[in-house]
Amino acid sequence: MSAPAATPPSGAATEGDPRSWTVKLRRRAVAALPPEKLLPDGQPTYVASWIYVFGVASIASLIVVIASGCILTLKGPAWWHFTSVGHFFNSIHLWSVELFFFVMVVHLWGKYWMAAWRGGRARVWITGAIVFLVAIPAALTGYVSQQNFDAQWISTQAKDAMNSVGIGAFFNLTNFGQMYSYHVLLLPVAVVVLVSAHVLLVRRHGVVPPIELDKKLPARAGGSGPAAAPEPPPEPSPSPEPTA
Amino acid sequence: MSPRRPRDDTRPWAGGYYPYDLVKELCIATGVIGLLAVLLTILFSSPDDRPSTVAQWSRSLPVNFLATAAKELNGTSDTAEYGPPYNHNGEGQQAWILKPQKWLGVSHPIDTAQAYVIEPLRTVTGDPTLASALARYRAAPEQTKKAWATAYAKPLEEYEAAKEEEKPLPRTVAEQRGTGRVIVTAPGSGPVPTMMEGLVSLAQSGGLEGSLLTSRQFFQTDYTKPLLLMADGGLLEERAQAQHLLGEQWGLMNETGSYPGQPWLWLYALWYQVEPFKASENADILVMLVMGVLSLAFIVVPFIPVINRIPRWIPIYRLIWREHYAAAAGGGGGGGGGDASPR
Repeated sequence: MSAPAATPPSGAATEGDPRSWTVKLRRRAVAALPPEKLLPDGQPTYVASWIYVFGVASIASLIVVIASGCILTLKGPAWWHFTSVGHFFNSIHLWSVELFFFVMVVHLWGKYWMAAWRGGRARVWITGAIVFLVAIPAALTGYVSQQNFDAQWISTQAKDAMNSVGIGAFFNLTNFGQMYSYHVLLLPVAVVVLVSAHVLLVRRHGVVPPIELDKKLPARAGGSGPAAAPEPPPEPSPSPEPTA
Repeated sequence: MSPRRPRDDTRPWAGGYYPYDLVKELCIATGVIGLLAVLLTILFSSPDDRPSTVAQWSRSLPVNFLATAAKELNGTSDTAEYGPPYNHNGEGQQAWILKPQKWLGVSHPIDTAQAYVIEPLRTVTGDPTLASALARYRAAPEQTKKAWATAYAKPLEEYEAAKEEEKPLPRTVAEQRGTGRVIVTAPGSGPVPTMMEGLVSLAQSGGLEGSLLTSRQFFQTDYTKPLLLMADGGLLEERAQAQHLLGEQWGLMNETGSYPGQPWLWLYALWYQVEPFKASENADILVMLVMGVLSLAFIVVPFIPVINRIPRWIPIYRLIWREHYAAAAGGGGGGGGGDASPR
């Protein structure tokens, strides 16, 4: 254990012991996402369409899903069957999940038609797509954890698909305890981690700009945004798209 | 030191910005979605059809229960012949050389005769007739056991088939209305009728469920055994059909009542409605493989030629960014930057 320092450690990203793992991590984090980029207070003027609402609506739905799920978890999986308050929160949980998928699908389609992977944003698309795919078993495990007829029927029918590809060996839909664990812990954590990565990537790369029309508009003509952060010089790097 | 290539290869936006409160937007969106969820809750609530029980099944459909139990005993039920992960009595599904079901092995072993008939009956005490029949059955050679169970199952299967096809019911099975008792005339079935009479009594009293959930420890969370037994029978399917939950009814994405269920599974459900998947014995693995490939393609859309160019050919983006294009065309403040990614 090292002796106490005579002066308080610096909080600046550029200072500190360069051998410190903490300092190295801080420097990398701040370099990748400076505060004004992480939490901007301005948006480019092209961000002016209702389609952009569906991204934040997806996160908002996820918050409601998790909040209602936490309330159900506090009282246990059987609570909602025999109390009206429990049933109320179960209904909120169900409908927020339906809303989550609806707004997420609209968001995904919107991003597809914007070709939102342009400009080195492929990872933004990839994390978003994986969120959708991971959310499906997150919902499925919820359906089979309901302890009602739906849970009986869905688990006994869906097990064949899981078993056919070997997943059933460690993902047994008829094992309530296992499915409940997946539903309240493993899969929500996976979704939240993926959504966090997705949002951080969006903040790092910025909202994808419009597809160019006939002629190119002058670049770097004088940004005036309140959140305009120092940008790296434009250098070409491989684009996931083929050359036109 | 060589110059580092920036990760973001889009030319930075050089046009105007407008004030934007990210946190406020998220809070408002959460409030709106929360209110919408509450509104939908007030309007539609959520489905909660009570689960079926083995006791309920054996009381309401005693012949079906006995026919299922007989198949569990002679090893011809769906679960008995399933293969991995429950037993080695089947190969499992396969696609070409892929046999993952077999490769992963038996992870949840179930010997249906033991699990669903013999072991539960061993828990019954105070019935010397049943104990004697069970002892006789257990002492018999395997071939004899199979012959007895099959002889008992045959009239029950004929009865069930006749009932389904709405033909005259055979007299070898007599169901006593009200009592739930079933008399089966099955020559050559040895002690099996006595055993089955004991089993249906145990099931109707609710004892079979408890027996199926009992294992080496007090607390239980694994319902695999009772659920597979019920799935082998007819009660769940009868209820599911009435609720439009069968596979051919796109049941994968439905739930009880008129609720939306899991509509995001529409593509998955679609494959089960079309050939060659519909009639294939390996439908599940084939559909899973197709969906696996499509899911992978979905993830790597940015790298798939043609697919990643479609948004440029069908200019929906002109609608999305119409204000930007209008401003740029009019020389307004919307210009600047744009997509400068290498092409």
